[in-house]
Amino acid sequence: MRYIPNTADDRREMLASIGVSSIEELFADISSSIKEKFQPLGLPARSELEVASMLGTMADRNKSADAVCMLGGGVYDHYVPSIVGHMLSRSEFSTAYTPYQPEISQGTLTAMFEFQTFVCELTGMEIANASMYDGATALAEAVLMAERIRKKGAVAVPRSLFTHLRRVLDTYCWATEIEIHEVPYAESGTVELTSLPEELSAIVIQTPNAFGVIEPLAGLKDRIGEALLIVSCHPLSLGLLQPPGVFDADIVVAEGQSLGLSMGYGGPLLGLFATRKEYLRQMPGRVSGRTVDADGKTGYTMAAQTREQHIRRQRATSNICTDSALCALAATIYLASAGSAGLRQVAELNLQKAHYLADGITAIDGYERAFSGAFFNEFVLTVPGDAAVIHDRLVQAGFAVEAPDDLRSVGLENALRLAVTEKRTREELDRLIQVLEGIR
Amino acid sequence: MSTIFDCRCGDKIGGLFPELDVPSQGVEQLIDPQLVRTRPPRLPDLSEPQVARHYTTLSKLNFGVDDGFYPLGSCTMKYNPKLNEDVASLPGFAGLHPRSDVARSQGALQLLFELTGFLRNIAGMADVSLQPVAGAHGEMSGMFLFKKYFEARGESNRKRILLPDTAHGTNPASAALAGFSVTEIPSDQVGMIDLKVLEEALDETVAGMMLTVPNTLGIFEANILQVTEKVHAAGGLCYFDGANLNSFLGQARPGDMGADVFHFNLHKTMSTPHGGGGPGAGPIAVSDLLSDYLPVPRIIQENGIYGLDWDHPDSMGSIHSFYGNFLVVVKAFAYILQLGDEGLRAVSENAVLNANYLQERLKRTYPLPYDGLCKHEFVLSGEGIADGITTLDIAKRLIDYGVHPPTVYFPLTVREALMIEPTETENKDTLDQFAEIMETIAAEAKKNPQLLHEAPRNAPVRRLDQTQAAKNPVLTYPFDEKPE
Repeated sequence: MRYIPNTADDRREMLASIGVSSIEELFADISSSIKEKFQPLGLPARSELEVASMLGTMADRNKSADAVCMLGGGVYDHYVPSIVGHMLSRSEFSTAYTPYQPEISQGTLTAMFEFQTFVCELTGMEIANASMYDGATALAEAVLMAERIRKKGAVAVPRSLFTHLRRVLDTYCWATEIEIHEVPYAESGTVELTSLPEELSAIVIQTPNAFGVIEPLAGLKDRIGEALLIVSCHPLSLGLLQPPGVFDADIVVAEGQSLGLSMGYGGPLLGLFATRKEYLRQMPGRVSGRTVDADGKTGYTMAAQTREQHIRRQRATSNICTDSALCALAATIYLASAGSAGLRQVAELNLQKAHYLADGITAIDGYERAFSGAFFNEFVLTVPGDAAVIHDRLVQAGFAVEAPDDLRSVGLENALRLAVTEKRTREELDRLIQVLEGIR
Repeated sequence: MSTIFDCRCGDKIGGLFPELDVPSQGVEQLIDPQLVRTRPPRLPDLSEPQVARHYTTLSKLNFGVDDGFYPLGSCTMKYNPKLNEDVASLPGFAGLHPRSDVARSQGALQLLFELTGFLRNIAGMADVSLQPVAGAHGEMSGMFLFKKYFEARGESNRKRILLPDTAHGTNPASAALAGFSVTEIPSDQVGMIDLKVLEEALDETVAGMMLTVPNTLGIFEANILQVTEKVHAAGGLCYFDGANLNSFLGQARPGDMGADVFHFNLHKTMSTPHGGGGPGAGPIAVSDLLSDYLPVPRIIQENGIYGLDWDHPDSMGSIHSFYGNFLVVVKAFAYILQLGDEGLRAVSENAVLNANYLQERLKRTYPLPYDGLCKHEFVLSGEGIADGITTLDIAKRLIDYGVHPPTVYFPLTVREALMIEPTETENKDTLDQFAEIMETIAAEAKKNPQLLHEAPRNAPVRRLDQTQAAKNPVLTYPFDEKPE
């Protein structure tokens, strides 16, 4: 066996030293009535070459990965700089465990500290954790945290939330018995905060929202009383947009995939989680903190661990243990590579290209933006005729486009949602416009 | 340790992204100027060589499985095959958007479907969801399934979860998330669940029991079938924490032991790496009582066409943005394919052989509170090795010898615990060297305790001041502080 280095001689010597005559004897403590029921998979052992080839064939069947990607809705086809993969593939990072022994985990712990700093810089918040599983569980945990702080048993959530975020939030809120009030949207596509219930632990705002529309956050905090303001945002857009911290957000969460992670059929992803310093004791997840060693030298260690499950058990702020550490490292290296100038540039590329495409499409008769609100890199169109037919034509022309069905749950019956990243070229966008022109 | 923020910034370098190839419209015309960022985030503007050197330097301050022996108990720090990384980065997988048309994602769906089948059979259970992305996420999903099940039966009075005192910390935290309270069941003198105490604790308020099999002492519960029978007879369900699957892989199945939910840690048992704390994958297998409640979407196949099935009205809902940690499960799939039945069995055989061999030798030097056959791991005590020496001292001294310390101070039932899991990817030579180091440390503890108190000396930093980190938390880079 390729991954098992003991030789037959080793095994004989070891058995003798234990004082048993066979490997089977080492399993004598498992009742034979259990072992007798065992059934193998019926799988032969295969060579590395065979498995590489089998998986290559499977990967090739994913035709969508070859198409020009116009898909969005929380995960985007952004460019991942070469350096990210190269640094991540260093096995000192990728094969280490959670940094329980800080003296030999300074690489992970320093990078976590940098990541936390980056998240605070992007979001305009005071503290951040070292990652959550994804943007959806980060939002769900933000709601649970707000409930721990305010204890009102209810939270307001916009209808214009991404469906995948809403589904996960529904599950967590059902399990923890938190009531969800749905907030409608206005014609512009932004939330309409008219009839909010009085007793709320939090109000959730997503910006840009499921329609790609940027939510104006100014003055919002003053209108929601004691409820905490939770903002779910798109981190790449924060290269250009005012961060939620400026508008007094209490908790900011995000899907961090756009910061140097491949799309990977939706996993692993990266949950960002930031809040105010005063809520540190209520925050879920791991954090790295700066300290000194026995010689007074600066070093990093896990901090505020008394919130966590391995210390606090059933009274922990969350059950999270394994998180998205290596994805957080990818985001850290991405941001360190892009720098403030690169981040601003990539955000502007997204903005400009998305508007170029939207302008080109809406110049065609019958195509209109479904909402008038400002957008970043994603927008929704109402279309002439059947959106499903238009979708199919675009797919045939080599584009990957979201099926219109997915938008029904947010109230859009016959619409298309398109996302444009820095990877899309003018030639691709012009071709898409031409395909739509040709459908008439 | 210097951070990326301590590197000297150059000019604004650029070069990652191309110039705009469409007509520029001026940002203020596209979005309200009030929405535009006024102060840029303080990200360093660095050249690529600076970034590459910084993170390479950081990587060298870490210790991974490729660096040396990593006997971290209950974490299964086995070697991570390099092929795993290559297949996960195939463009057809890594470049696939989760909202892609099902008809154009058939390879990914086929992989998910086939892996679901493998895991169902490995567990010996009715169905599997690949959606949970970590062990604790699987536990939480399992607890949500319990809640659904009892709601459907009109037994919402069942609010208690029983846990052995050796349980991982995530177990009680996960139970609490689903609104359950936790009752601890003390272990008996040989480290197993005390059946009498269990019987007394079981009543109509109990939703079920969470077990780790073998338990965190590395002991296989001799009475596992009686334990699960008793819980079932009282109307409860049995949750199995699969952190320790490496000990009976290819030989026994949790479904045959009475499990109703079993979670896998693919990042442990199935060799996908730990990534310094994640991402992992924590799929759950369930008995037929619970399959209706599994998360959606489920992966289906009809006439050779794979699809996503959302139509399960009794489902607990979704617990992840999409289909779980796809690129992690790709690695587990490749691993299972390479090993086959023979390889899976060889894993547990060698993992258990290695653990028993090491236990047999080390018990001559260190107290072994629960002596007997162990499975893939065992727990020593550092107590009484020498006056004033703690397990922490022993652990830190191991670092000086180039070994990653075992899990320490867990399980909570052993004083000064050292929980050692060698895994199957080490050979006798490594185990012998480790045993010698442990014996040397025990001798040093008596003759020259300072060596232990002052350890580590041979590491990037010496022992860190945890009190300061806790009392005065500095969690972000202090930009306003003058550099030293």
